[in-house]
Amino acid sequence: MLVVDIEKRLGEFEIKVAFESQGSVTGLFGSSGSGKTSVVNMVAGLIKPDRGRIALDDTVLFDSTARVNVPMHRRRIGYVFQEGRLFPHLSVAANLDYGRRMSRLPHDDAEQRRIVDLLDIGHLLDRRPGRLSGGERQRVAVGRALLMRPRLLILDEPLASLDAARKREILPYLVRLRDEAHMPMVYVSHQAGELRRIATTVVRLDGGRVMQTGGLELLDQADLDAL
Amino acid sequence: MFDLTPDEWTAIHLSIRIAVVATVVALPFGIAVAWVLARKDFWGKSLLDGIVHLPLVLPPVVTGYLLLISFGRRGPIGAFLDEHFGIVFSFRWTGAVLACGVMAFPLLVRAIRLSFEAIDRRLEDAAGTLGASPLQAFFTVTLPLALPGVIAGMVLCFAKALGEFGATITFVSNIPGETQTISAAIYTLTQVPGGDAAAFRLVVVAIVISLAALIASEWFARRAGLRYHGD
Repeated sequence: MLVVDIEKRLGEFEIKVAFESQGSVTGLFGSSGSGKTSVVNMVAGLIKPDRGRIALDDTVLFDSTARVNVPMHRRRIGYVFQEGRLFPHLSVAANLDYGRRMSRLPHDDAEQRRIVDLLDIGHLLDRRPGRLSGGERQRVAVGRALLMRPRLLILDEPLASLDAARKREILPYLVRLRDEAHMPMVYVSHQAGELRRIATTVVRLDGGRVMQTGGLELLDQADLDAL
Repeated sequence: MFDLTPDEWTAIHLSIRIAVVATVVALPFGIAVAWVLARKDFWGKSLLDGIVHLPLVLPPVVTGYLLLISFGRRGPIGAFLDEHFGIVFSFRWTGAVLACGVMAFPLLVRAIRLSFEAIDRRLEDAAGTLGASPLQAFFTVTLPLALPGVIAGMVLCFAKALGEFGATITFVSNIPGETQTISAAIYTLTQVPGGDAAAFRLVVVAIVISLAALIASEWFARRAGLRYHGD
């Protein structure tokens, strides 16, 4: 379970967000500029909140009153960025292996094969990231984050840079990840349709505040609001 | 006419040794200073930047003289190093290394700094989320991506060290077999009657070494570039 209760001032913009997520995939939903990415960046440890507390299961990741701030490389939170951020100087295979190497985890060929098969990226292993299509790149980015055995997987608009056909190509893999790998995820998106496929609970953000927390019905409400 | 005399070979060997050692010793400092200048904001940053670049704008004789009064046997730093570590710079080839290293340092730092600044820092964040400590991220992501710039900086540093004259001759003089580099030898030869042929031979050697360094750096940089951006 992820517990977030944080405050952060970024220039004129103030984020004040509190939510708990029990569901297997928490959809962080809101328009661009609502503070979604800043919130997950604080969960992952990329930026530090001004005040508050972040806990994952029974581990406190950040607590301003107890002066706890686990550095990002010790949080074991996988992060799939919008633009993939694969390392351009490493092959796909070396990209996939990077998290395991840095976290000093033992080799696990079975696990590697399972994830490579799940994402269908076995034929890409020898390539450089520069030679991948957008969809392939994002699948490799998901695989790279999974192979460090994260306790939580953050996906920040992982499909935003892809066209509709590529989105349809990737979403089934993410649904399989949820149903077969039982990986807890925080999925950030401004697209209700995408979240309807993948999320199990929804946190709706607007202007740096939580507007609503609940099930997928919040997305229908959002569609109505947009009309 | 292209039979080099033993003295000329000595000068060539010495020049290459001084330039290589100066480049190798300056490299870790150059990388550290370039990184600090590219990534950190702190009080006195422009002062550090200025000091690093000073040898580029000062007359080399001035730099050499400053080295002489600080690193010479009676200079405060030179006396300390001699007394505690037995390291002597004055009138030794190691002093030539120091002079060449100091003179070439700004070129080294500049090239590496530019390549650090061109790196997408978000890749370092990605490395961090994958469990890499800042130091690991530096050695596995930042430095490999900056490699073409590091190589360019090393070649510039080597070439500058090879051709350095003013600061070296001021600091460690012009002693054949100890501190007389190609440049100093050419200078000496032009001062004596009948030295023209020998001077010309060394000029050709200097051109060949410099061209070879340039070609080697192009080759390395292209290989590095292919590794990072090709397939």
